[in-house]
Amino acid sequence: MDGTDILVSAALTIITAATPLAFAALGELVVEKSGVLNLGVEGMMVVGAVMAFATGVTTESAVLAIIVGALSGAAVGGLFGFLVLVLLSNQVATGLALTIFGLGLSALVGHGFVGITFAGVPSLYIPYLSDIPIIGEILFGQDVMVYMSVAAAIGISWFLKKTRAGLILRAVGENHDAAHAIGYPVIRVRFLAVLFGGAMAGLGGAYLSLVYTPLWVENMTAGRGWIALALVVFAAWRPGRAFFGAYLFGGITIIQLHVQGVGWAVPSQLLSMLPYLVTIIVLVVISRDSGRQRLSAPASLGKIFYAAS
Amino acid sequence: MDTKNLKKRLAAFAIGGVAAVGLATTTLAADPLKIGFIYVGPTGDHGWSYEHDQARLAVEKEFGGKVKTTYVESVPEGADAARVIDKLATTGHDLIFTTSFGYMNPTLKVAKKHKKVKFEHATGFKRDTNVSTYSARFYEGRYVVGHIAGRMTKSNVLGYVASFPIPEVIRGINATVLAARKVNPAVTVKVVWVNSWFDPGKESDAAKTLIDQGADIILQHTDSPAPMQTAENRGIFAVGQASDMSKFGPNAQLTAIIDNWAPYYIARTQAVLDGTWESMDTFGGFKSGMVKLAPYNSKIPKDVVDLAETVRLAIEAGTVHPFQGPIKDQEGNIKVKAGEIIDTGSLLGMNYYVEGVVGSIPK
Repeated sequence: MDGTDILVSAALTIITAATPLAFAALGELVVEKSGVLNLGVEGMMVVGAVMAFATGVTTESAVLAIIVGALSGAAVGGLFGFLVLVLLSNQVATGLALTIFGLGLSALVGHGFVGITFAGVPSLYIPYLSDIPIIGEILFGQDVMVYMSVAAAIGISWFLKKTRAGLILRAVGENHDAAHAIGYPVIRVRFLAVLFGGAMAGLGGAYLSLVYTPLWVENMTAGRGWIALALVVFAAWRPGRAFFGAYLFGGITIIQLHVQGVGWAVPSQLLSMLPYLVTIIVLVVISRDSGRQRLSAPASLGKIFYAAS
Repeated sequence: MDTKNLKKRLAAFAIGGVAAVGLATTTLAADPLKIGFIYVGPTGDHGWSYEHDQARLAVEKEFGGKVKTTYVESVPEGADAARVIDKLATTGHDLIFTTSFGYMNPTLKVAKKHKKVKFEHATGFKRDTNVSTYSARFYEGRYVVGHIAGRMTKSNVLGYVASFPIPEVIRGINATVLAARKVNPAVTVKVVWVNSWFDPGKESDAAKTLIDQGADIILQHTDSPAPMQTAENRGIFAVGQASDMSKFGPNAQLTAIIDNWAPYYIARTQAVLDGTWESMDTFGGFKSGMVKLAPYNSKIPKDVVDLAETVRLAIEAGTVHPFQGPIKDQEGNIKVKAGEIIDTGSLLGMNYYVEGVVGSIPK
C-alpha cells in the first residue's frame, strides 16, 4: 500500500471516528442552547446503539435501524425531559442517573444480541464521482449517516442563526423568565430540544453499532457521550465548531495510532492523551475572546424553570 | 427411677442439648459459601470478563446450593475497585476473585482489613496470607499462534492491537514474534497501544491502522471482538483473544487463545469448603487446561496445523519452552543464552521487546 492509499484510508477511518461524536455533540448543543443541561448523552447513545442494532439484525433493514436508533434515543431523552421539565428534578443528577440507566437498560435489551454481526449500512456510490481518485471515495463514497451528520451541522447552524424558531429557542435558553413573560412556551420549547438531542445521541449510538463496529457489546459507547459533552463547551456552543471539534478529535485519535504503527519513539500514553489535549487547546484558542464566550454560553443553562403564574 | 439414673439421664439430656446446639452451628456454617467476583469489563464483552463469568457459572453448576456467587462488572481499575472489593468483603463474601491486573493494590489493601476473607487476584504478583495469585501462561498459546501467523502471512507484517505496556502483554508480543520468526525470519510485528482493555471503537481503529500499514494478520491483547470483526471485513486473518471469537470472524479467525478459568475456580472453592485453602501462586498453561486453543480455521494448510499441534504438544510435555535461548532484544543484546530457558523473574517482569518488533515500549 503506498502513501496516498494510506492517506485515503486514514481519512476514511477519521470520518468513522468523528461521526458519532458529531451527532451527539450537535444534539447536546441544541439542548444546552435551550437552557437544559443533559449529562445523559452517554446513556441515550448506548440505548440508541442497542435498539438500532437489534432492529437492524431483526428486520435486516438499515433504514429502519437508523430510524429506531433515533426514536429510542429520543424516548430516553423524553424521560429525562419529563423528569427535569415537568417534575423539576435536578438536571445534573437526573442526567447522571440517565447514563447509568441507559447503560443498564441497553445491557438488558442487548443480552440476546451479543455475538451477532450486522451487514452494515450501504455506502453511497455515484458513478464517475465516486471513482475519482483520492477524493472520490472520501466525498462521494460514504454511508448515508455521514451525510446526515454534515447536513445536521449545517441545518442546526442555520436554524439557530437565521430562523425565528431558533431565535425563540435561544431566548428560552438565555432568560426563561423573560421568554415566558412575553408568551413563549418555555417548557414545550425545551422539551422539543431535549427530544431532538436524544434523537441525535441515538443516531450517534446507532452509527457505532451499525457502521463503526457493526456488533453489540455492552458499554460499547466507551465514554464517547462524555467527549461529546465536552466538545459542546469547548466549541463555545457553536455548531460549526462542535462539528470541527469532533473531526479534530477523531483525526488526532487515528493519526496517533498511525504514528505508533510506524514505530516512532513517542510514548503511547502521551499519544493517547493527544486527542483530548489538542481538541481542548484548539477549541479554547479559537474561542478565546472571553466576552464573546460569555455571550455564547446560554445564561439559563441548567437552571430550573417554574412558571409561577 | 433412682436419683443416680436421673442424674445420668440429665447428663445425657445436657449432652444432647449441647449436641443440638452444635448441630445448629453446623447448619449455620453450611449456609452457602458466598463468593464474590469483580470484572474489569462487562460480562458481555465476549472476551476476558466473559470467560471469568463463564467460570463463575461453572462454579455455581458444580456446587449448586453450597455456594452463592455475586459479581460486579465494569469496575474501573483504581480507587473504585477498592471500594467495590471492600463492599464484597463486608457483605459476608468468604472468597473474592479480583480478575484484572490493576486490582492488585486495591485487593491487597482490602485484604489487610479483612483477614478472614480469602482473596484470589488474577495476573498479579503480590501475595499475602489471605491473598493468592493466579494467572495463565497465555504466552504458550501465543507461541503456537506465532507459528501459524509466521507461516500464513504474505506481507510478512503482523499487526498487534495491545492494551497496556505491562509484562503480561509484552510477554505475549514477544512469544508471538519469537515463534513467527522461527518459521519465517522475515516477519516483523507492528504494535499499536490503545491504552484501554475495552473500547470496541478504538480497538477497531487500531486494527484498521495496522492493516493500512501493511499487516495481513491481526493479533490482539484487548478484550472486545472488534479487531476480529475488522479483520473479517477487510478480508484478512486474525487471532481471537480470551474467547472463541469465530462468530465475529467466521473466515478471519485462524484460532483463538481461550482462557479457561473454570477448573481453577472450582478447585479453589473446594479448598475453601474443605478448609484447606492457603495462599499460593498458580501459573497454568496448556498442561493444566487453563489455556486452550479454539478450533483451527479450515483455510490453514494441513502442514501448518500439524506444526502448530506439534508445538502445542511439546509445550504441554515440557520439551519446548517459548522463551528458550538464544533470545536477543531489539538492540541485539543477548537476553537469554543459547540453550538456556528464561528464569522466572525475567519471564514475569519482561520489559523489553525481542528482535522483530517495530517501535519501542512506551515507558
